[in-house]
Amino acid sequence: MADLNTLTLAQARDALRKGETTAQELTQSCLTAIEGAAALNAFVHHTPERALEAAAAADARLAKGDAPAMCGLPIGIKDLFCTKGVPSQAGSRILEGFLPQYESTVSQNLLDSGAVMLGKLNMDEFAMGSSNETSVYGDAVNPWRRKDDSAALTPGGSSGGSAAAVAADLCLAATGTDTGGSIRQPAAFTGTVGIKPTYGRCSRWGIVAFASSLDQAGPMTKTVRDAAIMLGAMAGHDPKDSTSADLPVPDFEAALTGDIRGKKIGIPKEYRMEGMPAEIEKLWADGVAMLKDAGAQIVDISLPHTKYALPAYYVIAPAEASSNLARYDGVRYGHRAALDQGDGITEMYEKTRAEGFGPEVQRRVMVGTYVLSAGFYDAYYNRARRVRTLIKKDFEDVFADGVDAILTPATPSSAFALGQMKDADPVAMYLNDVFTVTVNLAGLPGVAVPAGLDANGLPLGLQLIGRPWAEADLLSTAYALEQAAGFVAKPDKWW
Amino acid sequence: MLDLTYDTPKPRVIAGAKYDWELVIGMEVHAQVSSNAKLFSAASTKFGAEPNANVSFVDAAMPGMLPTINEYCVEQAVRTGLGLKADINLHSAFDRKNYFYPDLPQGYQISQLYHPIVGEGEVLVEMGDGTARLVRVERIHLEQDAGKSIHDMDPNMSFVDLNRTGVALMEIVSRPDIRGPEEAAAYLGKLRQILRYLGTCDGNMQSGSMRADVNVSICRPGDYEKYQATQDFSHLGTRCEIKNMNSMRFIQAAIEVEAKRQIAIVEAGGAVQQETRLYDPDRNETRSMRSKEEAHDYRYFPDPDLLPLVIEQAWVDHIGATLPELPDAKKARFLNDFGLTDYDASVLTADLDSAGYFEAVAQGRDGKMAANWVINELFGRLKKDESTITQSPVSPGQLGQIIDLIASDAISGKIAKDVFEISYTTGRDPAEIVETEGMKQVTDTGAIEAAVNDIIAANPDQVAKARENPKLAGWFVGQVMKATGGKANPKAVNQIVAAKLKP
Amino acid sequence: MSIDESTAARVAKLARIKVEPEALPALAGEFNTILGFIEQLNEVNVDGVEPMTSVTPQVLKRRADVVADGDQQAKVLANAPDAREGFFAVPKVVE
Repeated sequence: MADLNTLTLAQARDALRKGETTAQELTQSCLTAIEGAAALNAFVHHTPERALEAAAAADARLAKGDAPAMCGLPIGIKDLFCTKGVPSQAGSRILEGFLPQYESTVSQNLLDSGAVMLGKLNMDEFAMGSSNETSVYGDAVNPWRRKDDSAALTPGGSSGGSAAAVAADLCLAATGTDTGGSIRQPAAFTGTVGIKPTYGRCSRWGIVAFASSLDQAGPMTKTVRDAAIMLGAMAGHDPKDSTSADLPVPDFEAALTGDIRGKKIGIPKEYRMEGMPAEIEKLWADGVAMLKDAGAQIVDISLPHTKYALPAYYVIAPAEASSNLARYDGVRYGHRAALDQGDGITEMYEKTRAEGFGPEVQRRVMVGTYVLSAGFYDAYYNRARRVRTLIKKDFEDVFADGVDAILTPATPSSAFALGQMKDADPVAMYLNDVFTVTVNLAGLPGVAVPAGLDANGLPLGLQLIGRPWAEADLLSTAYALEQAAGFVAKPDKWW
Repeated sequence: MLDLTYDTPKPRVIAGAKYDWELVIGMEVHAQVSSNAKLFSAASTKFGAEPNANVSFVDAAMPGMLPTINEYCVEQAVRTGLGLKADINLHSAFDRKNYFYPDLPQGYQISQLYHPIVGEGEVLVEMGDGTARLVRVERIHLEQDAGKSIHDMDPNMSFVDLNRTGVALMEIVSRPDIRGPEEAAAYLGKLRQILRYLGTCDGNMQSGSMRADVNVSICRPGDYEKYQATQDFSHLGTRCEIKNMNSMRFIQAAIEVEAKRQIAIVEAGGAVQQETRLYDPDRNETRSMRSKEEAHDYRYFPDPDLLPLVIEQAWVDHIGATLPELPDAKKARFLNDFGLTDYDASVLTADLDSAGYFEAVAQGRDGKMAANWVINELFGRLKKDESTITQSPVSPGQLGQIIDLIASDAISGKIAKDVFEISYTTGRDPAEIVETEGMKQVTDTGAIEAAVNDIIAANPDQVAKARENPKLAGWFVGQVMKATGGKANPKAVNQIVAAKLKP
Repeated sequence: MSIDESTAARVAKLARIKVEPEALPALAGEFNTILGFIEQLNEVNVDGVEPMTSVTPQVLKRRADVVADGDQQAKVLANAPDAREGFFAVPKVVE
């Protein structure tokens, strides 16, 4: 058997059930891989004792024949999820030392289904970023490098640590969250699979909020099958989250037929952006051909308001964030600034938040504050919400025309070098989300599937967008694409 | 229902140094919903717990915590709206009001700015002199209460207790229809009475269950009528908001002193600044709350953690069907069915317990007599004990017995008071008291005649005097009553004495 | 719409983030870049379009009025930078 840490969830699950290995061996294999991967800076809080304990418990369950979906499978948890008694900082200094007294619903669901948590994963601070460079823990590093080039690349963001860890086989899978592309862009940058489910599919309770109307948790895995397995374990109605959907969770894995004959796949012309790299253009065309070969019907569609998704997002997300992050005030948890003689409550707030939040978070909180402030609310916030209505309607129209899924590139480029965007203006970085953000605004499910390598040998991903609540169908289409693309490349181990 | 009709009261006029001024007042009343759990969390609302004991992670705004709405609080807001004859909005939504304060853990208060659950309603405010003001209610919305900051436990620190954080409040916003300090107090009193009838708020002002922000402005006589005709606020003066008042007495004093402050400013050629002020009862003055003023830009926006609140008309109808009879209707009925005076009807309908007690006593009896006994004897006696109607040792049935005993001439009104006192102190049944203590009135004229004869025989001098001056007959009556232990029927005694003394 | 330094300072104040005066010009510049990007929204015809209230078709569920939380003072205070006698302690608030 290959190194246990390189197994997929499905492979490991089957091996465990057959008794070919144990959860403790699997876990130990991952812990060893993590120890050797400090250079990736993917895991930022390690919980090996807890992991081995959970693995032992999982082995006991397996022995009794009581093995739920994720039983004994070692995974990493994004630092955005509050995990009871384990540091949960959202990649921010302001939550330094914070030990939640509660477990997020999604991580609890995973634990309940037998998963073994190895530790917490690096991320952009408060999930604000597309390169994992805004983290208080420092950059997470992509295990992939350009051919003949040792420059450190970004694993993408905000779920950069999750993507790097899965791509480097430090864990079998990881949780991510996606507000504007934070699961799908890092998945595409690391040759992994990431699905952002329909808004409301996974509970947001216990996940540090960035932008409440956009945030969704989802799995980051090595294969589409693994995404199906893990999403099934994460999802479900949660009465503690008012926006959680009271709908049954289908058996996503059972739905993976890969039979997409007769399915209507829409190709939106507005995603053919000016200046799109030829490689991305080609990847997209290849993807179209693969789905066609698999029997799908390809139709050209129009999503006319696509261009306005990113600007609308950069009003709505900061606005919600400015309010969601008001609770980080140094009163009840986390960092509190040392005060000077005579400093009052206002100074405490201002110093605490200036010290606790990094520059990108500060910038977005202030932009959000501005767009909600008196006199600008209608011009910015309400207008953005109206545009959001139009963006959602674009999708509703094409789905009403019988389109089952939409195929687009996942990112406008392959992974770029860490530090490369350092001097660029903030908007240049925001453009990373150009293909993914519409999906969050419309509340739809979207999955990134690795589909090829660029000339530098870096992975590239395609995105499939599905109808609301149709993750099972979407994953089946993704499965067909995955089979056709036959992406098997792995990064050369340099770390 | 019988409508109550009243004249409109005159607005309060304050004479300035130069001109006469009228007052224009609007109120925002915060009424705590009587619920077990908080509006958006399952922590208890109980008053007086250990600090931070009634706090969930949601209330403490721990990272990732989310609100879920308490159905009962929604129901109580609807009930209140129906009680104020207001429109119920089947679609409403929650907004965040953003500001930083240590006792506001989220950094925002969840409220309903754009789409409140209750729209326009009204409150009839009787002034007790035959006049009443119909005050329009603009809206009622649901919102979270804040926590409590304690500033006097440490010289350098403030201490924060989040027990109140997240308790459901109804903010009841009136139009600027209130025209004087007394009306303001009466409005609050009437609102309190209605909420207590509805059971939606306990109305306890001391514990902060009801508090009011009072908006005060002044205008010259005639300007208010222009505003009324056009709803154009420019006819009114600039208003100041006096925050967080929880005493009727202080509200009146604060309005008075604030109006005078504004008059002085305007008459001196200045302009009133729109601002939030605080009333200091020790110095009887209002002062600016600059801390609240500084850069207050609440950046309201719809709370993305909550979906729109959609309620069903059938549910509203069901709540409407379970509304109790409200004060105005009850008072009208008391006036009509029992022939009470306006004053007595007001006193007896002040709260449900009094009204219920009275009705039980008055059932099948003389209403006026029942009112008289409840108000004068029972309330008077309870007041002496600093007790309340719910603690009355005399049950309505027992008080009814007393009235029945009087009506059947079994006891006199005077003896009845003694019977009442015995019943009040011992809880014994009046009928039994009268029987056991031999307090039954003597109506046997033979017995009374014998007593009269005895007294006449024993007091020849008095008889002579009385024959000259019939007014002295009272002395004989008194003697007879004394001799019969007060049990003789006074009417019979009077008649017999008068007959016997006839020359 | 152009943001000057005093607006940037006002926004920082409103957001309770201390920004040193020398950092204000750069901050204002960044705001302007971002707002310039956002201005694109003005190209969209939104006449008669309702602002989105919620992206999901679900309606708000209501929970029963049952006390099932709280009574956990120690846990509530466990992460506090400064807790005293059951309270959160903060620098004196002057009203």
